[in-house]
Amino acid sequence: MSATPLQILWFILLGVLVTGYFVLDGFDLGIGVLYPFIGKTEVEKATLRTAIGPVWDGNEVWLLTGGGALFAAFAPAYATSFSGFYLAIMLVLFGLIARAAAIEFRALDPKWAKFWDVCFFVGSLLPALLFGVAVGNVVRGLPLDANGDYAGTFFGLLNPFSLLVGILGLAQFILQGSCFAALKAPKDSALYARVAAVRAAIKWVVFALVLAVTAYAHVLIEPVLAGGLVGILRIVFAVVVFGALIIGHGFVNNKRDLASFICSSLVSVGLVGLFATTIYPNLIPAAAGSTGPAITIASAGGSNLALTWMTIIACIGVPLVLFYHYLIYKSFNGRIQPEELDY
Amino acid sequence: MGFFTDVVALSRFQFAMTVIFHFLFVPLSIGLGLIVALAETRYYKTRDAHDLAAANLWVKIFTATFVVGVATGITMEFAFGTNWADYSRFVGDIFGAPLAAEALFAFFLESSFLGVLLFGRKKVSPKFYMVSSWLVWGGSALSALWIIIANSWMQTPAGAVVKDGRAVITDFFAAAINHSTGPRYVHTVVALLILGAFIAMAIAAWYLIKGRNERFAVNTIKTAAVVALVTTILMIPAAHWQAAEMANTQPSKTAAVEGQWEDGPTHLAFFGWVDEDSGKTFAPFAIPGMTSFLASGDFNKTYPGLNSFDAADRPTGLVNTVFQTYHLMVALFVVIAVVAVWAFVAARKNRLTQSKGLQRVLLFAWIAPFLAIQFGWMVAELGRQPWIVYPMADNPDVSLRTADAISKAVPAPQLLITIALFLVVYIVLFIGWLRVVLGFIKKGPIVDGATDNAGSTSPTELPSANVADVADVPAPDVATAEVM
Repeated sequence: MSATPLQILWFILLGVLVTGYFVLDGFDLGIGVLYPFIGKTEVEKATLRTAIGPVWDGNEVWLLTGGGALFAAFAPAYATSFSGFYLAIMLVLFGLIARAAAIEFRALDPKWAKFWDVCFFVGSLLPALLFGVAVGNVVRGLPLDANGDYAGTFFGLLNPFSLLVGILGLAQFILQGSCFAALKAPKDSALYARVAAVRAAIKWVVFALVLAVTAYAHVLIEPVLAGGLVGILRIVFAVVVFGALIIGHGFVNNKRDLASFICSSLVSVGLVGLFATTIYPNLIPAAAGSTGPAITIASAGGSNLALTWMTIIACIGVPLVLFYHYLIYKSFNGRIQPEELDY
Repeated sequence: MGFFTDVVALSRFQFAMTVIFHFLFVPLSIGLGLIVALAETRYYKTRDAHDLAAANLWVKIFTATFVVGVATGITMEFAFGTNWADYSRFVGDIFGAPLAAEALFAFFLESSFLGVLLFGRKKVSPKFYMVSSWLVWGGSALSALWIIIANSWMQTPAGAVVKDGRAVITDFFAAAINHSTGPRYVHTVVALLILGAFIAMAIAAWYLIKGRNERFAVNTIKTAAVVALVTTILMIPAAHWQAAEMANTQPSKTAAVEGQWEDGPTHLAFFGWVDEDSGKTFAPFAIPGMTSFLASGDFNKTYPGLNSFDAADRPTGLVNTVFQTYHLMVALFVVIAVVAVWAFVAARKNRLTQSKGLQRVLLFAWIAPFLAIQFGWMVAELGRQPWIVYPMADNPDVSLRTADAISKAVPAPQLLITIALFLVVYIVLFIGWLRVVLGFIKKGPIVDGATDNAGSTSPTELPSANVADVADVPAPDVATAEVM
C-alpha cells in the first residue's frame, strides 16, 4: 500500500502547521520560560507579558489546528500518540491551561501575582520541554501492539535520547523567545541587554545540541532513512538549521533584531523539516519488539474524499488565518514603551 | 468491577467533568459576547464616556471568561486522542475535519480579535475595535457550529459507511448537515444567548439593589431584556424542532425522556419518576399522545418503548436521570419565560429602579438558564448511551458503543491521577477567575471622561456624570489605570 498524493500533501501540511506552531507559540513559550529570569522589575515583567499579550492565543491555535488536522488526516496516528503519551500530554495540557490563566489574570489580581507568575513559568516550561521529548520518542519509534496502541510504560518515554531532544526543543524555544523579546523591549533598557545576552549564549547551546542529537541518532538510534527526494530535502533542512544559526550569529552580534528573529525562526523550520524527513514515510515508527506494524502515511491516511474536503477547507482557511495574523502583528508592531503599560 | 479500576467509567467521568467545566464558560462567552458587541456598537455610535465605561466593563468580564473557555477547550480537543483512541480511529475520517475546521475558521478569528479587545483600545481605530468585538462573537458562534456538527454526527451519523472497521466518509454535506445539526445548533446558541442576557441582567440588578451605577444598570437591563425576550420566543420553535427530530431519529433516547416502557403513542408528562427496577413510570399528570402529536402531528403515532430495546441497547441505569433532567429543563424554561417577560415589561415602563421584587429575582434568575443548559446536554449525552455513535435506523452499521471507544493504552491508575489533577487545576482556575470577575463587578463601570486618545479628565468635571457613577470612582489616577 503506498500513500496517495493527497495523503502526502497532508503530511506536508501537517509539517507546515507544526512549523507555524514552533515558530509562533515557540517565542511566547520561550518568553514564559525566561520570564522569571529576565523580568526583574514589575515594569519589565509587564513588558514581557504585553509583548505576547495580544498574540499568544492566536499562536496557540496553531497547535489546535495541527491536532485537528492530525485527527482528520491521520486519525490512527493521533489516537496512538495522544493515548500513548497520555501523562506527558496531560502535563502539556495543564501547562497550557496554567499559562493561559496566568497571562490573563496576572495583572488583574495583585494578591495572586506571585502565584500567576509561577504558573506562567511552569506552564510554559512543561510544553517547551515535553514537545521535544515526544519528538524524540517518535524518532526512536514506539513499541506498538496489534491494535496500534503504545505498549510501553510512562517511564519508557523518559529515555536519554528523547530527553536530549526535549532539551534541544527547550533551548530552541528560548532562542526564539529571546529573539522576540529583543524585538519588543525598549532598545536602551536593562531588559534588552539581558535578553540580548541570553540570545547570544543560547544560540551556541542550540548549535551544540543539534550536533549532539544528530550524532546520537546516527550512532545509537539508527532510524531507517528514506532516500531520494526526501534524502535531499533532509540535507537541505540540515543546511537551513546550521546556516541560519551561523548567519544569525552575525545578526545577533550586530543587534539586528528582526534579522535575528527571522534566522531563529528558520532554525525552527529546519528542525521540524529534519524531523519530518527523518520519520517519512512513517508517522510513528514501530520500535523493536512491536507486535503491530508501524503507523505510516499510507496506513493511517484518510480517504480521498475526506482529504479533498480538508484541502478545500485549508485553501479557504489558511489565507484568512494569514490575513488575521498580518492585521494583528501590524496593529501591535513596535517596541513596548513603559507608558503604554496600562495592563 | 469497581469504579476506580473501570477504565470506561473513569474515562467517561473525566470527560463529563472536563466538558461540564468547559461548558460553564462557553455559554458565558457566547452569551456575553453579544452583550459586549452591542455595548461596543452603542459606544461607537454615541462616543459617550458612560457608554465607554459600560463597554469596558463588559469587555473585561468577557475576556477574563473567554480565556478560561479557551484554556479548558484545549482539554476537549486533546481528549479524543488521549482518552478515546479507539473512537478516534473509528471516526477520524469524518470527525476530525470539523475539529480542524473549527480551529482554522473559528479559533483563529476569535483569538486574533480577542487580542484587539484586550490590548487595542488605544492602538486601533474605534471602528476596528468595534468590528473586532463582533468578529470575536461571530467566531465563537462559528466555533459552536463546527463542534455541534461534530457532536450531531455522533448523535445522528450520516454520509458514511464502515470499511475495514472504520467509518469512511461518502458524502461531506450529508455528514456535516446531518439530521440533527440544524435543530441542535439553533437550540444551543439560542440557549446560550438567553444565559448571556440573564447574566447581564443579574449584574445590573446587583447594582440596582446596592443603589449604585444606576445609569449603567438600567441601560444594561433595557438591552438585555430585549435580547432575553427575543431569544426566549425563538427558543420555542428551536426546542420543538430539536425534540421532534430526536423523537424521529433516536427512539431509545426519546423513550427514556418520557419514561415510556411499551410501544404506543407517547404521552407528555409534566413531572414524574421512573423506576427502572420495576420497569414502571409514575407520571400522574400526562397528556396522552401529546409528544407523538408534537413530533409527528398525529396523536396516535406509535413510538417504541424502552422494553423494545435490549437492556444493553438503551441507557440502562440512567433512564430516570434522563427523564428528570429533561423535565427540569422544560420547567426551567417556564421560569425563564416569566422572568424575561417581566423584565421586558418593567424596562418598557421604566420601572426598573422601583421594582425591588424584579431586582431580587433577576439577581438569581440566571441560575435557571444556567441549569437548563447543563440539563439539556445531560439529556443529549446520557440519553444516547450506551452509544458514542448512535445507530441510525437506515444505516445501523455506522455506530460505536462507548465501552468500545476508550484508549486501551491508558490504565486506570493514570486516569485516577489525571482526574485528581483536573480537580485541583480546575478548582484553582475557577477561584482565580471568580476573584477577577467579581473584582470587576465590584469596581463597576469606571467613567474617566476620556474618549479614545485624550488624556484622563477628572470625573467631577463631567457635566453628564450622574451622582451614582461619580461616587463609584475612587480617584482619577486609579480610575485611569483601570481603563484598558
